[in-house]
Amino acid sequence: MRKLWQFHGGIHPDERKSLSNQSPITQAGIPEKLYIPLQQHIGAPAKALVSIGDTVLKGQKIAEAQGKISVSIHASSSGKVVDISNHPVPHPSGMLDLCIVIETDGKDRWCELETCDDYSTLQPAQLLEKIRFAGIAGMGGAGFPTEVKLHPPRQSKVNTLILNGAECEPYITSDDVLMRERAQEIILGMEIMAYILEPGECIIAVEDNKPEAIAALKTAAALTRIEIVTIPTKYPSGGEKQLIKILTGKEVPSGHIPADIGVMCQNVATARAVYRAIRFGEPLISRITTLTGLQVQQPGNTEVLIGTPVRWLLEKAGYAARKQSRVIMGGPMMGFTLGNLDVPVVKTTNCLLAADAKELPLPPPAQACIRCGMCEQACPADLLPQQLYWFSRAEEFEKAEQHHLADCIECGACSFVCPSAIPLVQHYRYAKGKIREQKLEQEKSNNARLRFESRQARIEREAAEKEAKRKERAEAAALAQAAKRAESATDASEPASREDKSALVQAALRRVEAKQNQQAIANGSAEPVDIETLKKKLLRAQDKFEKMTAALDSARTSEPDRVDALAKATQASREALEKLKAELLAHPQNNEGSTPEGPALEELESNLSKAQGKLALMLKTLEDARINKPETVEKLERAVEKNQERVDAAKHALEHALSSSRTSEASSDKNDTTAVKDIT
Amino acid sequence: MTLLRITSPHTQGAQRTANVMRTVILATLPGLGVITYFFGWGTFINVIWCSICAVAFESLVLGLRHQPVGFFLKDYSALVTAVLLGLSLPPLAPWWVSLVAIGFAIVVAKHLYGGMGYNPFNPAMVGFALVLVSFPLEMTTNWATPSPLLQDPLTFTQTLSTIFGTPSVAVDAYTMATPLDVYKHEISHNTAVVVTAKPVFGNFVALGWEWVNAAFLLSGVFLIWKRIFTWHTPVSMLVALTVMSIVFGWDADRYTPPLLHLYAGATMLGAFFIATDPVTSAVSNRGKLFYGAGIGILVYIIRTWGSYPDAIAFSVLLMNFAAPFIDFYTQPRAYGHAKAGRSESEG
Repeated sequence: MRKLWQFHGGIHPDERKSLSNQSPITQAGIPEKLYIPLQQHIGAPAKALVSIGDTVLKGQKIAEAQGKISVSIHASSSGKVVDISNHPVPHPSGMLDLCIVIETDGKDRWCELETCDDYSTLQPAQLLEKIRFAGIAGMGGAGFPTEVKLHPPRQSKVNTLILNGAECEPYITSDDVLMRERAQEIILGMEIMAYILEPGECIIAVEDNKPEAIAALKTAAALTRIEIVTIPTKYPSGGEKQLIKILTGKEVPSGHIPADIGVMCQNVATARAVYRAIRFGEPLISRITTLTGLQVQQPGNTEVLIGTPVRWLLEKAGYAARKQSRVIMGGPMMGFTLGNLDVPVVKTTNCLLAADAKELPLPPPAQACIRCGMCEQACPADLLPQQLYWFSRAEEFEKAEQHHLADCIECGACSFVCPSAIPLVQHYRYAKGKIREQKLEQEKSNNARLRFESRQARIEREAAEKEAKRKERAEAAALAQAAKRAESATDASEPASREDKSALVQAALRRVEAKQNQQAIANGSAEPVDIETLKKKLLRAQDKFEKMTAALDSARTSEPDRVDALAKATQASREALEKLKAELLAHPQNNEGSTPEGPALEELESNLSKAQGKLALMLKTLEDARINKPETVEKLERAVEKNQERVDAAKHALEHALSSSRTSEASSDKNDTTAVKDIT
Repeated sequence: MTLLRITSPHTQGAQRTANVMRTVILATLPGLGVITYFFGWGTFINVIWCSICAVAFESLVLGLRHQPVGFFLKDYSALVTAVLLGLSLPPLAPWWVSLVAIGFAIVVAKHLYGGMGYNPFNPAMVGFALVLVSFPLEMTTNWATPSPLLQDPLTFTQTLSTIFGTPSVAVDAYTMATPLDVYKHEISHNTAVVVTAKPVFGNFVALGWEWVNAAFLLSGVFLIWKRIFTWHTPVSMLVALTVMSIVFGWDADRYTPPLLHLYAGATMLGAFFIATDPVTSAVSNRGKLFYGAGIGILVYIIRTWGSYPDAIAFSVLLMNFAAPFIDFYTQPRAYGHAKAGRSESEG
């Protein structure tokens, strides 16, 4: 006996399966017209290969798979293509989609099929190609292309191959009868899948409410390594994630696929379709569909050609619409109602349920949520449905996402148990849709922002390139000019040899270079600073300083609480000013200039005298403090020290300025370096 | 014939909110019967009186709020509040105490907060707490003496006239402090043996009270079995209360012993009928464990060191405050997620 695990929650709705599983599978027959949609699977729609007026044979490929995730479509019966146009297709929205319409000739003539007695003579790749060619997509409901799913997935190996025969939804019995009557084909189909995937174990899981199916499978699997596992009946044990939990105890991590944990689930009907495709070369052109509900006179399971209109099928089974009737494609828990019975049966149509309001009563008006928590007890994904409900209602989508709305499988268990009859799943669908919308919006605006930014960057880059080119040109021009001048100078004095000229040019270049270097050193940076700008800066700083001192003075009288801040600011301003002065003095152009900077010198002198005056004042205060306020002495002493430094600096600057104005150019280098030291 | 178009699921479970509420009301009946047997008609009259007032207030407020009166009355939630309040009030409390309590519960605690499903605090307990702090005299002196201790218990009409303001007999002769009250005050100057010898404690734990609590315990188990609520809140509350009373009250000569905590006062009513109110409690199963334990601990603390002999109302209200906080930290681990709760945001 295999160890089984339990998934959280789950419900036990009224099964009502005996309505349709009491009789053997019947053949639905050939309708007059087949409406075959080009998209019955997840992925890209197939591309039509036929055109109006073409005659087609049963099993002939009429549309080719497009792209990686797609499957081909085949004619379900022989006849003539009469239309390729939009037609209602099975979809909750009731939308139209491209369909190939075949007028059947009733002869049901097959095209030539490629059979294969022994699949093991073929390579897995060849088998996969055949499965893709046969147009097989998951028949449990989602319709994911089987060939894509069977591809040895991203490095991870499939250890456990599971065939899902749980069929946990009420009413549906198509897998049940299939397992009873075609158990052998299912087993053989699974063996082909196992040959492709080489899994460690093969399991077919069936709910314990299908004893006949279990018995049939066990007989058919007697000599194989396939294990038939009976699992307890509980909705939604047939959900892929829930089934994996039941059988392996493992959970598929959120946002991953089962193959990432070495598990793969396939539907039993899919396995059978794989067998038919490999063994007989039959493409997927028919499936078993349950016709059930009390409004169907002859409920049961029938093998239907893909593309058969639902109306034709239901009327054949004795259906007459009454007041307040519903026709549901799928089961009562997750199926969707059809608004139009002209839609065709597709590869994923496992059930058609026709019921009136007596059988499936309309939901009563929703009452207030009393937070009873029954939904939480029922949720198979361990979510907090009522919290999600509150968040969805309040449009707090971020919180809903934090509560893992994305992990909701929309099984409907919470709505089923809700005593207040709140259509919870509908709220979640709404929230999911909104979140999707918002994400798209965000992506759009992100893209727009990126576009804008890159455009901005491009414009800036182009401007910078232009500027660089301009500079380059200017430099080249200056160089040429210098060379010319040098040439003309030599030309004027005495006719010199060519070598002399070139030597002169080089000397000129060297001078230019030397000048640049000097500037760089003087400014403490590579960028040469123009003396004019420096002077301007100085003027501005002086201006500011004067204003500030004025403000400080006025503040001293009127706003004593601002004095501190102002004094600090003034101090900073004064420092900036001094720095600028020093810089100006040290500037090579200044030194080079023949006229000594008169006003700067004067200013320095006045600075010095000011600083000295202040120092004297401070010393006096210090003396006072020593007598009166001993606790402030330390602070004052520090201030005096600082001031002393400032006086020294001012003296130094003055001396330096004096000497630099007096001394010749030859000694300026040395002074420059000291000036640099002063500044830094 | 147009076809109905509805989203899935197309089928519904049988459980309706009205059924839930009705089942809760029915489950209180055994307890009410036992109370009536041991303490006279007072509580019975209270329950009826509270129910009448509750329906009246509910209709009035729903009318004022322009809500469909019939639709909301049919969910029986007002009746549940009324019954629980009626069961909690002292049996011989005057009619106006009940009126104020139920009026405040329905109008303020329920509808002013948004009505059914939106109230953060248990309405019945809000009403109870209001009258407890407003009319301490009426709320402490009107506990009925157990009938076995009376020569001549009050008849139904005598009780009726006592409650509705024209007492034909002296009420004092028919009232008595509750066992929890008596034990708490007597144990400071007596030994356990002396205290429990008092008639109010009867032969087992507390005369009458033990059977009332047993009845509510049984009804509570029945409700768990009927899946009206899960076991988490009541069990964790009772376990917490027991553990607290064993840890602190092992010496019966100093503190109230565990059995008295469990089987006297409103313990079982509180654990199974009041703390389990879904609207105001924590959501997840793990959250309910914390929520229930919090109530149990608070009940013990207030009973032992507080000035009130019983403490269900205050404990429940305090934990109502904490419920959203508990919810925030006890989000269950969703399928396919490594960790539980809010810390994981990448999904």
